[in-house]
Amino acid sequence: MRSRSQVLLWGAQRASAAVLAVCVLVHLVTIVYATRNGLSAAEILGRTRDSSLWLAFYLAFVAAVAVHAPIGLRALVSEATGWRGRTLDLCILFTGLLLAAWGVRAVWSVFA
Amino acid sequence: MRNDFRARNHPAYWAFLVHRFSGLLLALFLPLHFWVLGQALQGEAALDDFLRWTEQPSVKFAELLLVVLLAAHMTGGIRLLMLEFLAWRDWQKSLAAAAAGLSLAAGLLFLLNLV
Repeated sequence: MRSRSQVLLWGAQRASAAVLAVCVLVHLVTIVYATRNGLSAAEILGRTRDSSLWLAFYLAFVAAVAVHAPIGLRALVSEATGWRGRTLDLCILFTGLLLAAWGVRAVWSVFA
Repeated sequence: MRNDFRARNHPAYWAFLVHRFSGLLLALFLPLHFWVLGQALQGEAALDDFLRWTEQPSVKFAELLLVVLLAAHMTGGIRLLMLEFLAWRDWQKSLAAAAAGLSLAAGLLFLLNLV
């Protein structure tokens, strides 16, 4: 892969990590808060349904994850197996798109 | 020193391993997490059915591990960002210790809610 693309991937990984640092912190606080009396669908959906703020937050979370996780997996796969090149990059791109689609579906299911 | 385990047995290497391991497991967990949330599309009852299944002790233990892994990946990632973007390289061990401590604290907070 050309060095310019490598720099782009490196930048995308760090930028998404910075967004995720905030998102994961909020997520962890929410997990601890939400599980204090046990989880229920009514409690989860009561918080997220029709809430534009949670919708925006989780969409940003999903977007950052869909960038961050595939780039991390690409490095892991490449180091562990020696697989490199266009086929790996296409597989990683497909993984990112799939994660984004699943994530948006999950966010929409607790919002709508 | 030869490049064997002794050469790698230091906090920065363990921090690297934890970051790799937690990242891989979290990436594998994501599709399952999204699938579970997607149950809400079939109504509140479907999501509640799944949540009842998660009441099993083994699932709760897995959730505890996931919370610790998530916290470890976050704190380890912040450590990496600080090392790369700030000139505080003398703090490597302290950052790794802080990352480990905060991750365990997150797990303990979650555990307190389970018992």
